[in-house]
Amino acid sequence: MGWGIDLKGIVSPFTALKYLAKHPHTVRYPYEKKETAKRYRGFHINDLEKCVGCGNCAKICMNETIDMVKVEGIEPKTGDSGLRPKVDYGRCCWCALCVDVCPTGSLKLSTDYVYVDEDPNSFIYIPGLERKEYEENIGWTCETDLDSLLDLERVPMRIMPPEERVKTFAEAVYGYTVEEARREAERCTGCGVCISACPDRMHIPDYIKAIRDGQFDESVRIIYENNPLPEMCGKVCTRRCEFNCIMTHRAGQDNAIAIRWLKRFACEQFESYEDVLNLEPQPLNGKKVAIVGGGPSGLTVAYYLRLKGYETVIFEEMPKAGGMTMAGIPKYRFPIPSLDKQLNHIKSVGVEIRENTKVVKGEPKSSNEVSFEKLKEEFDAVYLGIGLTNPMKLGVEGEDLKGSIQALPLLRAVNFGEKIDIGEKAVVIGGGNVAMDCVRVLRRFGVDVTLSYRRREQDMPADHEEIHEAKEEGVVFRTQTIPVEVIGDENGRVKAIKIQRAEMKPDPKGGRPRPVPIEGAYEVWECDNVIAAIGQKADYSFLPDEIVEKLDLQWGKIPVNERGMTKIEGIFAGGDAVNWTADAISAIADGLKAVKGIDEYLSKK
Amino acid sequence: MSKVVKIFHGPQHPGITGNMSVELDLIGETIVKAKTHVGYLHRAFEKLVERRTAMQAFTIVCRICVPEPDPNEENFARAIEEITGLEVPERAKWIRVLVLELSRLAAYHLWMGGQAGSTGLYTVPQWSVGYRDYILDLFEELTGGRVYHMYIIPGGVRRDLPEGFLDRVAEVMDLIESKLPEFDRLFFDNAVFKKRAIGTAVIDPETAIERGVVGPPLRACGIASDVRRDAPYEVYDKLDFDVITETGGDVYARALVRRREIEQSIKIIRQIIKYIPDGPYRTRIPYPMNWKLKAGETYVKTESARGEFGYYLVTDGSEYIRRMHVRGPAYVHGVSLLEDMLEGAQLADVAMIMNSLGTCPPEIER
Repeated sequence: MGWGIDLKGIVSPFTALKYLAKHPHTVRYPYEKKETAKRYRGFHINDLEKCVGCGNCAKICMNETIDMVKVEGIEPKTGDSGLRPKVDYGRCCWCALCVDVCPTGSLKLSTDYVYVDEDPNSFIYIPGLERKEYEENIGWTCETDLDSLLDLERVPMRIMPPEERVKTFAEAVYGYTVEEARREAERCTGCGVCISACPDRMHIPDYIKAIRDGQFDESVRIIYENNPLPEMCGKVCTRRCEFNCIMTHRAGQDNAIAIRWLKRFACEQFESYEDVLNLEPQPLNGKKVAIVGGGPSGLTVAYYLRLKGYETVIFEEMPKAGGMTMAGIPKYRFPIPSLDKQLNHIKSVGVEIRENTKVVKGEPKSSNEVSFEKLKEEFDAVYLGIGLTNPMKLGVEGEDLKGSIQALPLLRAVNFGEKIDIGEKAVVIGGGNVAMDCVRVLRRFGVDVTLSYRRREQDMPADHEEIHEAKEEGVVFRTQTIPVEVIGDENGRVKAIKIQRAEMKPDPKGGRPRPVPIEGAYEVWECDNVIAAIGQKADYSFLPDEIVEKLDLQWGKIPVNERGMTKIEGIFAGGDAVNWTADAISAIADGLKAVKGIDEYLSKK
Repeated sequence: MSKVVKIFHGPQHPGITGNMSVELDLIGETIVKAKTHVGYLHRAFEKLVERRTAMQAFTIVCRICVPEPDPNEENFARAIEEITGLEVPERAKWIRVLVLELSRLAAYHLWMGGQAGSTGLYTVPQWSVGYRDYILDLFEELTGGRVYHMYIIPGGVRRDLPEGFLDRVAEVMDLIESKLPEFDRLFFDNAVFKKRAIGTAVIDPETAIERGVVGPPLRACGIASDVRRDAPYEVYDKLDFDVITETGGDVYARALVRRREIEQSIKIIRQIIKYIPDGPYRTRIPYPMNWKLKAGETYVKTESARGEFGYYLVTDGSEYIRRMHVRGPAYVHGVSLLEDMLEGAQLADVAMIMNSLGTCPPEIER
């Protein structure tokens, strides 16, 4: 190539000279700060009120940028660890994975990226508490559900269709398959916030992790560490854990991790628990503990004390132990074989259960009775797990008519296979889980059921799933109705119920709204039965009077100390007759508390 | 006998590509022996990845290459997907190709600046790096980051395209295309560049094959080899583009290949704008916090701006990656071939030759 040939190559570069007088497109003078894109990944923003301190951000961070620390003014509470993320900008790589795994959406990145300071410590701070100046400039955030790395949708549970359900007492919920359970377990991030909501503090993330890893036996072992009735809990637990699951913040209540179903799944993988748990109870140490009442709390006390070497005997009035889980909960929710499986395991470690044995005061009148005084004498400690067995009454005229009954005896009769006398049309009064059980059982007998409740549907203490399923099964809900009178016919049988409609008025004291009857708004509903499901209370009639006095009952409940001991030395108590939450898992928690108390008490004795 | 002078070219030298050094024995201006020294950069990416879960590792891999991080993300994501059988939605595949081609354009613009700068033509970097910034603006809008995007995630991409994004891509494409003739006049037709580049550092096709040279240096020898065509990934098989070849095998031929590939990338991006389907942009990862990867191994490759970029990934059923091996295109020519090519070259051409090969030390010391 000679000089003459490539003249174009020499001249053409000089065409760039045309830009000589033009304003450069890259330089801004005077300096303007560049507007960052909407999605920019700058400094962290955290809404401390929304954040629940689950620690997902700290867990996913590959640089250990985030530490979960205690923040003054934020106390740990149910569903909130009380910790908040602290970010070290010397480590942050701005990947924003922390934002993508934040279940509440409290953590975001801002569009701000410039910060200059001489103090190196000022680059480590708690977003939301310090350096709030850029809080309005939201950058990277999870706008849609797919933006979040978390799987926000629960694996649906297969349930018998309503038209099938009302025909049978067979279990309505089918349970997860192995594949479904592992998929559901994979959704759990293992943060452990749920533990704070469980009265029994079960090791929820651990047993879910075991399911995720396919180690179902390990899962059952973890569950049995502090719950001797896991299959019951896996089917009918009130599951406060799920209501506090971090997934609910973004995805709503129905998409909490299915902790209850997962526990049920793990337990259902085994025909019996003996081989899985492979327990060796301590040899008997010569001390004996009597347990009055074979409900969840009594069974818990008996089981764990027997493992510790105490001889434990349960005195159960009914033909079968299980308490309300046997007598109260209908079998389509908790079938008898499930209960038997757990009772058999409890018996297998050496717990003695004396069914059909009533504890009475004074001298026993038959072989089926034992006197409380004798128990106190013969045993080193007594545990009262007596539950709430006396149904409350409506307190209206005509309540004692034939056909006006209470929910508990009805459920008990159904569960023990006794004959019941129910007409074609029934009105159930109440809005709790017992009322739901009652209406749904009656639907299975083909009864035309109307539910009457004083307040609104959202005020019902019953589980929202139960309400939904009851409606599916054809129960008519009549809320804001107050029973006034049960009307009988000439034979003294229920013919109808007179109710008064109510309107909700705000409580002047700031409590929940109260139903106030509307004057003259009466209605009469024809029915063959009126069933009251408005609550129950404990029955202390079997206790000697001086004992009842010494127990110092408060609002019908037995006060106990932090070790489960009542005001009488050597007598412990727990379960529905003690706590105000009155559910099975609280009863189990009470039982475990008493196990420690009794063990401590008898070791010193 | 002439006196041999030993000098170090790099690691602190504006003409060195990245942190490496070439030890040169010179007689006058002519190099008689060259020895490459790597080890100034070693950030132990492969080891870092072994200590992190799949999700955590995904944010590291992009850092292996600053000018063009996306092929790393693509490789890592595709390797994990191949091992675990994770399906990628169609839209995500198109978005990935869009990202990869934009990153190729950005890398070529940065290369243009380096190549011209190493020949003393300092107007070109002012322009090309300026236009590259428009592409980085697009990246910022799409991924939240200008350089490290961390956007291509196993299962798809992290976010959907922002509203109106494709219109802005089209605008930038028009801008870049309109500037290409100016770059031709300023740089590719420039007599100074041609005089220095033509016939310099020639690789003949046999040597190229023998040494395993890939990418533009291989295509500059007349061999039409391109992973996008030879082993299509994502949606490259649905796109119309040409594999560019030149025959010179020298610095100038390599420059022309890259120059013409800019046009091909623009062509590909315009097809994406036209045909990108709707739908989800990501498949859910089973367990982001602690994803247990199925045991397996795979080799995946992507055509980066410097050639075939491969990842060999081994998993053992745990949540950690057992082994990740990065096979960067610079590895083949950056050490031994460079040493051979520099013998007999002029000292002033070292930077130009390294730039024309696209030597990138992080691929050598990963």
